[in-house]
Amino acid sequence: MNTEFLGIATQFVLTVALSYPLGKYIAKVYKGEKTILDFLKPAETIMFKLSGINPELEMNWKRFLKALLILNLFWFIWGFALLMTQGILPLNPDGNISQSLDLAFNTSISFLVNCNLQHYSGESGLTYFTQLFVVMLFQFVTAATGMAALAGFMKAFGEKTSKTIGNFYKYFILSITRILLPLSLLVGIILIIQGVPMTFEGKIHISTLEGSHQVISQGPTAAIVAIKQLGTNGGGFFGANSSHPLENPTYISNFVENISILLIPMAMVFAFGFFTGKKKLAFTIFSVMLSAFIIVTSISVYQEYSGNPKLESMSISQSHGAMEGKEVRIGTVATAYWGISTTATSNGSVNGMHDSMMPLSNMVQMLNMQVNTWFGGVGVGFLNYFTFIIIAVFISGLMVGRTPEFLGKKIEAKEIKIASFIALLHPFIILAPTAIALYLLLNTSGNNWLGNEGYHGFSEILYEFTSSAANNGSGMEGLNDNNTFWNISTAIILVAGRYIPIIGQVALGGLLAEKQYTSDSKGTLKTDTATFATLTFVIIMIIAALAFFPAQVLSTIAEHLSL
Amino acid sequence: MKNNLLNKDQITASLLQSIVKLNPIVMINNQVMFVVEICTVVMLIVTLYSIFNNEFGSVTFNLIIFILLLITLLFANFAEAIAEARGKAQADSLRKTRADTPARQIVDDKINLISSSQLKKNDIFICLPGDIIPADGEIIEGLATIDESAITGESAPVIREAGGDKSSVTGGTKVLSDQIKVRVTTQPGESFLDKMISLVEGASRQKTANEIALTILLATFTIVFLIVIISLKPMADFAGANIPIAAFISLFVCLIPTTIGGLLSAIGIAGIDRAFKANVITKSGKAVETAGDIDTLLLDKTGTITIGNRKATHFFAISGVSRPTFIEACMISSISDDTPEGKSIIELGRNEGFKMKDLKIEGSSIIKFTAENRCSGINLKNDTEILKGAYESIRQIVIQAGNFFPEDAERLITEITSNGGTPLVVCINKEIGGVIELQDIIKPGIEDRFARLRKMGVKTVMVTGDNPLTAKYIAEKAGVDDYIAEARPEDKMLYIKKEQENGKLVAMMGDGTNDAPALAQANVGVAMNSGTQAAKEAGNMVDLDSDPTKLIEIVEIGKQLLMTRGSLTTFSIANDIAKYFAIIPAIFIIAIPELTALNIMQLHSPGSAIISATIFNAIIIPILIPLALKGVKYKPVGASALLRRNLLIYGLGGIIAPFIGIKIIDLLIGLLF
Repeated sequence: MNTEFLGIATQFVLTVALSYPLGKYIAKVYKGEKTILDFLKPAETIMFKLSGINPELEMNWKRFLKALLILNLFWFIWGFALLMTQGILPLNPDGNISQSLDLAFNTSISFLVNCNLQHYSGESGLTYFTQLFVVMLFQFVTAATGMAALAGFMKAFGEKTSKTIGNFYKYFILSITRILLPLSLLVGIILIIQGVPMTFEGKIHISTLEGSHQVISQGPTAAIVAIKQLGTNGGGFFGANSSHPLENPTYISNFVENISILLIPMAMVFAFGFFTGKKKLAFTIFSVMLSAFIIVTSISVYQEYSGNPKLESMSISQSHGAMEGKEVRIGTVATAYWGISTTATSNGSVNGMHDSMMPLSNMVQMLNMQVNTWFGGVGVGFLNYFTFIIIAVFISGLMVGRTPEFLGKKIEAKEIKIASFIALLHPFIILAPTAIALYLLLNTSGNNWLGNEGYHGFSEILYEFTSSAANNGSGMEGLNDNNTFWNISTAIILVAGRYIPIIGQVALGGLLAEKQYTSDSKGTLKTDTATFATLTFVIIMIIAALAFFPAQVLSTIAEHLSL
Repeated sequence: MKNNLLNKDQITASLLQSIVKLNPIVMINNQVMFVVEICTVVMLIVTLYSIFNNEFGSVTFNLIIFILLLITLLFANFAEAIAEARGKAQADSLRKTRADTPARQIVDDKINLISSSQLKKNDIFICLPGDIIPADGEIIEGLATIDESAITGESAPVIREAGGDKSSVTGGTKVLSDQIKVRVTTQPGESFLDKMISLVEGASRQKTANEIALTILLATFTIVFLIVIISLKPMADFAGANIPIAAFISLFVCLIPTTIGGLLSAIGIAGIDRAFKANVITKSGKAVETAGDIDTLLLDKTGTITIGNRKATHFFAISGVSRPTFIEACMISSISDDTPEGKSIIELGRNEGFKMKDLKIEGSSIIKFTAENRCSGINLKNDTEILKGAYESIRQIVIQAGNFFPEDAERLITEITSNGGTPLVVCINKEIGGVIELQDIIKPGIEDRFARLRKMGVKTVMVTGDNPLTAKYIAEKAGVDDYIAEARPEDKMLYIKKEQENGKLVAMMGDGTNDAPALAQANVGVAMNSGTQAAKEAGNMVDLDSDPTKLIEIVEIGKQLLMTRGSLTTFSIANDIAKYFAIIPAIFIIAIPELTALNIMQLHSPGSAIISATIFNAIIIPILIPLALKGVKYKPVGASALLRRNLLIYGLGGIIAPFIGIKIIDLLIGLLF
């Protein structure tokens, strides 16, 4: 027992400790200050020259967003075309077929929006070519998109008044060359040492000791797993994701992968502090996220560690906790911790089956995704938190009798409109499709979607849409989701859940950057205090979590109470 | 104030108004309550339908919910109506002063006796002693003492005269002596008072920017809960729970921010009303709100920070001149000097033991102060000339006469100046006799007010015509943060612009015509009622008391307005947690018995839980009306401490209160059934 808890405690402390210097480094990269990786500059210059980009060109927020969206559209067409034709493309030793139209649509969008919801299994649904040039490529570029958006946002607050928020392409390239690529290399090498395959050869055919025939899929796994974790992507090489022994072979690999999941999302908070010089603000934001993270982790770990009372009453020993759907080499505690890490950060990779976890674990996992800001996706998690700050600033400003302002910028009707819209979007794109799916289940026939009936079936549906909206990508599985309804509906939610918030948040940053700067006075409300942090937390809970209370009551909570 | 709250007539009128305001065309201005009205209509239809068909649950339950929703609407309307009624009562009392009075209009040098309501802009009328001034205007000829007590409540008469900064008169005030010719400056029905009356009566009330932002936020909450409720229907069906429509509707109404939605306009009106009570007329609700946001406050030194004018405090004779001779010369030169300084010199001399009757001034001639000589004095019978004036002017006179300016006089002047005093140099026959020290007297208690402003985060700036040394001394003594010395009218303007360029909001008070541009430029410009018409037109508030320290009160009123809005919003939203815990287990408990564990309030039955929550949601509105009208108390303790305090009271209180309230109501309902 003690080693299990010690295991996650060590991971946790190590992640926090590593994220601080990394945050400092990231701020330096975006600021263009000297770093140890400056030797890459010539390579970057060549990239900019080849693509005709002037990295010193300052963009206003509209132009910044335009660049972001055009680049994303390009990648979408790229991915869609390759997935549809992968059967005839090279690097396909196993002879896997091309994806169907709606699956290719879903997959391409899902990876494009940094979600990696997988309605297929990697072993048969993709080829090595698409694994590398769609999946892995997207895992880099979409993570870099989110990070570049935050970099532009940091630039907006780094200066007093500014019409521009930096160059999108520059932030984008630097995110890859200076942050994602070096870290992936490091993590990939550790994974290879731990036994994760890195090969272009096809399936291995072996005869087992029992004499039966077994086929083992493999491929360039280590490369993909590294960036899948670091970029809060989560799309596994294999269908079973990081519970697969070849994606996550040892406790050490699990340790390193779990740190990779949380590392950059945590570091981005510090990066904001270092970039803008508002270190205390970054610390308070980090504390709120961390406290929430610790609370949800405790709930899930307790649930999984205690085991399932229903099984206990059937005299199935729960002395090792709720082991159903978990890997023996990882154990209940580390699996629960991973489950929280992956949902809190919009990562979505799994090292155990969420479908088999305790209902309250599912509840906090969904809560993480519904809130989507306890660190959140790389770059975008912090932006989500900022949306709630705007609302908290507004309410608290009123409470102290002043027109609200954040970092010297007045928050007015326009900002509230954008922040409200983003806050409203999330409940809408989760609850409305859940309601539609339930309605279709009850009123039309032939929808063979649910692996489970009752509360758990409800949880599976809610989880799928929550995961899509949060661009998370994990699933409770148990849901038969590779069909037209799920492929199309989740694809729409994915796009809405990704681009509307990013557009709104970059616009917010740009609009506030243009505003007149007011220096602080005694009457100015400080946003880096414990009081304000608490208020932001409560507002997040009331806006983002309370809306899902009835749905949670009818799914996870009802299931828990009937155990 | 308390009397007003309980005024019977106002309550009856407001009750009537709350029904009139159910009109959907009026209601749509308040989106949250409009949504409640739609729900009420739906419940009415459901109730009627359920008489004939039991598909939608029992008639009794539907009827109860319908009535509760209707009551919620009426309570919200009542809140607005009572705020308006209180404003109206005050307006009416002022309007009485505007009752039709006869006016002596002058047309072609002849006096026409007409009614005041017939006076138009630019008409000219004349007022004789005992006349009530028929309209707002500007004196173009003459001087009169006027009793303004009808407007200001101040009984001491004031003097108004043509030209200068005291030329404007207000309709409804009374001429006590002399006669004046006045030009009407406003169209009938467009005076400040008329504007104010329509503002409190709600006719011309527009939402402020801040109110709009809050409305957006409240609409967001409403839409979120609309999504929650609509999606709950298939979810409930999936869970096998058959939930009556009344339960959905009451859950929805309980969750949307009806408390703040119902009180929002009452809070706004009450803010204007409080300004009104402080004898400040505002041209818009926005001005009151902006006042709460003020970063910088420009205050004139004289009258605000110091009492009236300077006083002579010391006589300093230079060596070679005997002190008694000097003091006597000072007093002689001041005998015919009617300025406050002159009078104070005589007074100081008497205190030093000199008698008026000893001063011999027969056959002397007075030298009046002119722009040319810039000093005043006296020419005695024996050809002795005594002059007193500012340092520069006397120095010039002395040096031009070929005399020198003694060093110890220079030293005295520097000393006086550095102590915040103003030196008045006296020369006898163009030779320096000595220096009189004039000092400003700082108003008692003003330091505390500035300390309070500083805690609020407001920077105070003193505007004075004094030289920088004097200004600095007084600024330090009174505790203002900054000062503008040797200020010309355009300096105020420049200072305001500079502050505004840094994103600051600036308030100032002024009375003169040359203040008008600065009053217009300032975010909050308060014109004194005694000031010129131009000043009143330029500002966005008029202080009827013409009290320069009123700005401090106005700032607090503005802050209170925002705070009340914010605190009640927080309270309203925090209430949702308890309402969820009351209603959600209640509506699903039959289909999912395990959910009993969530019924943490141990409510009597599903029906009573829903009814209790809806009742709480309704009665919290009238319970909070007094708070909405009086405003949340403002304490200048710094923003963070204030936030902590209000979060504890209205945030935490808002979470806990409904748990207790709903439980009590449920217990009472349990007793009944």
